Amino acid sequence: MRLRSRIPPPGAGAATPLAFDGELVSHGSLREQLIGLGGVVERNSYLIKRYGWWELAFFIWTVANTLTVVFIAKGVSAGGGHLNVQRETTTLLIGAVIWAYLGIIFEILTETVAWERWEGTIEYTFMAPLSRAVHLGGMGLFSVLYGVARTALLFVVIALFFGLHLAAADFGAALLLLAIASISFVGLGMITAVLPLISPEKGAQLGFIAQGLLLVVSGVYYPVSILPQWMQWIATVSPATYALRGIRSAVLNGAGVSGCWSDIWPLLILGVVSIPLGLAVFRAGERYAKRHGKLKRSG
Amino acid sequence: MYAVEVSNLEKRFERRSAGRGRSARRRRSVAALAGVSFVIERRECVAILGQNGSGKSTLVRALSTLLLPDGGTAKVFGRDVVRDAGEVRRLVNRVSVEASFFKKMSALENLSYAARFYGLTPRITRARIPEILERVGFPVVRASAPMEELSRGMQQKVALARALLTSPVLLLLDEPTTGLDPRSKREVQSFITDIRAEHDTTILLCTHDLAEAEALAERVGILHAGRLLALERSEDLLRRYDAATLEEAFFSATGSAIDLDARPDEADEVWA
Repeated sequence: MRLRSRIPPPGAGAATPLAFDGELVSHGSLREQLIGLGGVVERNSYLIKRYGWWELAFFIWTVANTLTVVFIAKGVSAGGGHLNVQRETTTLLIGAVIWAYLGIIFEILTETVAWERWEGTIEYTFMAPLSRAVHLGGMGLFSVLYGVARTALLFVVIALFFGLHLAAADFGAALLLLAIASISFVGLGMITAVLPLISPEKGAQLGFIAQGLLLVVSGVYYPVSILPQWMQWIATVSPATYALRGIRSAVLNGAGVSGCWSDIWPLLILGVVSIPLGLAVFRAGERYAKRHGKLKRSG
Repeated sequence: MYAVEVSNLEKRFERRSAGRGRSARRRRSVAALAGVSFVIERRECVAILGQNGSGKSTLVRALSTLLLPDGGTAKVFGRDVVRDAGEVRRLVNRVSVEASFFKKMSALENLSYAARFYGLTPRITRARIPEILERVGFPVVRASAPMEELSRGMQQKVALARALLTSPVLLLLDEPTTGLDPRSKREVQSFITDIRAEHDTTILLCTHDLAEAEALAERVGILHAGRLLALERSEDLLRRYDAATLEEAFFSATGSAIDLDARPDEADEVWA
């Protein structure tokens, strides 16, 4: 038996799986999955484009917020505190920039799912023959690309504002650390993205709580060593802890890859663990949503 | 091999009780599908009639792998919707009562990324999207306008285009003309008739529009409170219920008129 849908006409270059003789011709080739991955990136870029003014407003807000944090170093110095203003300014800047980067990744992964729930498109995304790994991986890839672009711009704007001299910095090592940390950040983002899948109303708020926990324990603006012991234990499983320490070491001390190794290997382990964990949690959430009829349009 | 083979399909939902206080916290189990069985032949168009809340959307969602059934099986061209969900997704697409899109994005953008999810490259969609939009009667000059600026009828045409873009061999239409103005309704129905005439597509149409069911489908089913009471050619249905019209047959089968005494729409129900 030969079945072939003829919209559009056969031979027009359609994806092959719709033509079959008893068996499906294609079970979802790697090529088709990669095209699907591109589709996720394409979708998110359309959203950013359509909400361009919002993005500009958020960027200005982030610049203002970062300036506020970074001025603290100057404020302490002006108040009689003894510190290396240049060094502390850079330390705070790195904290604020990495925090902004983490925020973008969480926001894109979590809010895109929430958005899809509000608009009702999540059902069409889940109906498509796109593996969940590719679907979430595409959102992760977009969030990293967009996050790097936006935070790099933020870093340059603030560094120029304060006239920071970073001649000794090893930016290559810093970028490598950021790239490795991004794997874990995306894995954690996948976990928080399951929350709006189950409840778009409460999910986003819970995502903020998870993000806030990382802010407190990861040494964004202060060393982890000043935290109570139980918080330091939590910090050991936060990828942001190692990303911040390693990137500060690379930018402030010019430490190369070998010098940052003590922060790179924990990030690699966390990355290897967090992506499968994120996928497993999201898939469990998806099963729950499908069992309880939670995918219907909300709002 | 049947295009669709549903056997004793069951789905229950927990529903919060109406009211305030302690009674509002109580939950009761409601059968959305209670042992539904039927088959659809390849290239057949079957309409399922039912009031709001009768289980039509639940059936469509189960067939499109969006709901996990509690019991029974559903197969699409021999593929189980739970076990072989990935393969089923390649064969099915759906148009629902709500044309769900990213409203700030244009029709072109919405269709473009959706096609990518089915492995269609930009080279293919550049030519195909305008072609399909034109085919469904959507003015291509509006293709770059945000969806929120389009009428409900136009949005529904884009929804049809989205479903057809991926060349589904099984098309699930869940009240595709509900809420449309008479002209848009006629256009969408005429397009469905064209698909039936020209293409190798099996259609399951869920509706509460009796005339639509009679005009488009070869067999008509009556779904009531999660039970499929009948699924026959409309003339057989009239004979079985000794009725002159489908409306009378529906009344005889269910004890209520299709547009009256409607239970809350599934979209408005609060599932726990």
